[in-house]
Amino acid sequence: MTRSKWIFNKSRVNRGLYQGTTSVVPIWTSYRQGFSSCGAQGETMASAFNEPLRIGQVVDVDREIARKTGGGGATPANPSGGKLRSLADPEGEPVRTGVWVGLATVGMMFAAFTSAAVVRKGSADDWHHIVLPSILYFNTLILVISSITLEIARRKVLVYAKGENPSQIIPLAWLGSTLALGLVFVVGQFVAWSQLKAQGVYLATSPTSSFFYVMTVVHAVHVAGGLGGLTRVILKTSGHVFTLRRSTLDGTAYYWHFMGALWIYLLVLLYVKF
Amino acid sequence: MHDMSSASATQHHAPPQGFIRKHVFSLDHKVIGLQYYGLALVAVFIGMFLSWLMRIHLVWPNSPIPGLHLLSKVGAPNDIMTPEYYLSLLTMHGTLMVFFVLTNAPFAAFGNYFLPIQIGAEDMAFPRFNMMSFWTTFLAFVVLIAAFFIPDGPPISGWTAYAPLSAVGGDAGPGMAYGQTLWGISIAIFCIASLLGALNFIATTLDLRAKGMSLMRMPICTWAWFITSCIALLAFAVLLPACILLCLDRVAGTSFFIPSGLVISDHLQPHSGGSTLLWQHMFWFFGHPEVYIAILPAAGIVSHILVNSLRRPLLSHRVVIGCMMAIGFLSYIVWGHHMFLSGMNPFSAIAFSFPTLVITIPATILTLIWLGSIYGSRLRITSASLFALGFISMFVSGGVSGFFLAQPSIDIYLHATYFVVGHFHLVMGVAAIFGIFAGTYFWFPKMTGHMMNETLGKLHFWGTFIGAYCIFMPFHYLGLVGNVRRYAAFTDDYLVPLIPLHKFITFAALTTGAFQLIFLANLIYSRFKGPKAPVNPWECTSLEWTIPSPPPWNNFGDVHPVVYHDPYQYGIEGSTGDYVMQTSPEKIVTEHDEK
Repeated sequence: MTRSKWIFNKSRVNRGLYQGTTSVVPIWTSYRQGFSSCGAQGETMASAFNEPLRIGQVVDVDREIARKTGGGGATPANPSGGKLRSLADPEGEPVRTGVWVGLATVGMMFAAFTSAAVVRKGSADDWHHIVLPSILYFNTLILVISSITLEIARRKVLVYAKGENPSQIIPLAWLGSTLALGLVFVVGQFVAWSQLKAQGVYLATSPTSSFFYVMTVVHAVHVAGGLGGLTRVILKTSGHVFTLRRSTLDGTAYYWHFMGALWIYLLVLLYVKF
Repeated sequence: MHDMSSASATQHHAPPQGFIRKHVFSLDHKVIGLQYYGLALVAVFIGMFLSWLMRIHLVWPNSPIPGLHLLSKVGAPNDIMTPEYYLSLLTMHGTLMVFFVLTNAPFAAFGNYFLPIQIGAEDMAFPRFNMMSFWTTFLAFVVLIAAFFIPDGPPISGWTAYAPLSAVGGDAGPGMAYGQTLWGISIAIFCIASLLGALNFIATTLDLRAKGMSLMRMPICTWAWFITSCIALLAFAVLLPACILLCLDRVAGTSFFIPSGLVISDHLQPHSGGSTLLWQHMFWFFGHPEVYIAILPAAGIVSHILVNSLRRPLLSHRVVIGCMMAIGFLSYIVWGHHMFLSGMNPFSAIAFSFPTLVITIPATILTLIWLGSIYGSRLRITSASLFALGFISMFVSGGVSGFFLAQPSIDIYLHATYFVVGHFHLVMGVAAIFGIFAGTYFWFPKMTGHMMNETLGKLHFWGTFIGAYCIFMPFHYLGLVGNVRRYAAFTDDYLVPLIPLHKFITFAALTTGAFQLIFLANLIYSRFKGPKAPVNPWECTSLEWTIPSPPPWNNFGDVHPVVYHDPYQYGIEGSTGDYVMQTSPEKIVTEHDEK
């Protein structure tokens, strides 16, 4: 199959479109009616049913509507109304939510580290300034560029998924370069740590160095997690069958950008406080 | 009926095959819920056993406890507990109970089992994360218990692990060399597990609700689990860094928590400049929300059961939810009330005292709503509803002493006495345990397909209810007359006259413990021999009572449930009785509108 598809779950899409209210209409009736009227792309839908692989269909749904009515608000959603902004993936909503919630936790962790550093700095006058290895600035640049390449990759994947451009190479190239830049960042962090070590600055040398190592290592671990996510996106894009879900791509991108922003925050903190 | 996409993150998993997938590394939220429950059950009996040993030692400090040397040769030479070993048991009792019982049972166990069903979902949003979070918790448990089997034994620093003693290593006493490190690692692992679990709960609640299940249509216990997971998400995210820093101080020679010039056991500690208060701040920033992580799910479970037994809705569904949210929010700005005597700036004590007293407002509203709803109702007395009433009793009794402790001037006197121990055991320990019992009696038929024995259940209730008061009420008196906590024996002259009261408490503890064996027997017997449970034995309206007991692997079979009503349509003319199920499409003339 040359034309790529976003995977979705029919029942869940339908749930987004038609929500139960206190009406006494048997819901499965409206379900079936709803589904048959859902065939805006009649031909592609038919082909999807014939496909041996259970891969979903391209369906335009306003994600916001799907989201609001998934839990059954008061106003019935209008399947044809509203501006169709994006390719829908209502099934993937938990992935998006999960990523945001996970990022809240990570943010809280670094808030805790920051407060700890502030308190520790005030508790004694042994806070010795350390000169940040200059490779850190290079790493920052790399991470920022990787965010840009990921955004471009996201757009290219979108174009590929819509079938406007059948070539896999372009999205894969951008995704691959993001992954490579991420790896360069992690290697760069190792270089930074070894440079500090060469200066005789170890984990326990001073409170400054302790916090430096703890925060940068914890951040690098999270970046490594992002590299895992990117690898997953690449594998799903490059396979014979395109199985990537919109939410997986978006979730990975949010996570990656957040790690970039977190790194810039850390760098500023390290520069100002350390 | 629906498309199963293998790439789906919200796994619509196929029926599990094989023993391992079904019962061990299961992705099914129900199996995971039961695993959490089992782990909590093991932990609670170990914890209770430890409390027995401590109580016995307190009143007969010089008498041998037969077989105690098997637990630790060093800690109990000639079967007589050393004072340090008493502290080891105390630490393990607290850690097991707070983390592995009070966090696991009402939140992770019941939440995992019933949250997806109550919102009409097939499973959690991320089943693999769910499985990981249980097995990570299990790993944390194993690491913690391993402290019993290493030569220097469990740590002696209490479940709060105050620095610098918890940070300096072996000089701080037996158990502080490797036992404390195991403790730190175990709790760090536990944090990761809880974060995974909380993330899963939030995503599930927000995104997997069935058609028609708006947020305000969720049962109160679902709300409680949801709010609790929001609390846990931020609280454990602070304890994890704290544990990382603590472990680094212990093994990597850093000085986060250890001040300069500290001499312990005649050794000058090779650290400098650390802040001991920092640990307390980080720990209690987690520790106080943790209290609500334990109590809110219990409050939710109890509300759910009470409404069912009252056969009419609570005075206000919305206000109950609002109060739980308010408690959740306030829990983040009161941590300093644990530290009034820590050397903090006295002005900050006032800043922490005020929100602490404010917390009593939503807590009181909750209690008044429960009591006002009970007033004039025809309550169905079952084991579950008895334990729900018992919860309210314990919540009030333990909560009232909180007024005293929230005020810095009174806390100066009561700090580190048995008054505090009585306070938190009643309001956090016993109340939450009563919530767990209520949930167990209520949901056991759904979880196992068998009814529990009601007579034994009521016997268990009265034994536990009276017993718990006999144990913990005298604690308040002991505290008021100046009995300090964490002493292994009372040989000081002013404490000697209190020993008879301590003896009474010990007898009460042993008796109450014996009543728990009735519960255990009931649990095991009913699991195999109990009468078969119908689909809806309690005539309850929420979604879990629309599916078979026990539910099939995919909960609702191949249909997606549709919700038509607010959760508690009781006391009305329905086609099946005085209630209408949430999924029933029938029209109700006078619908209780929770909005």
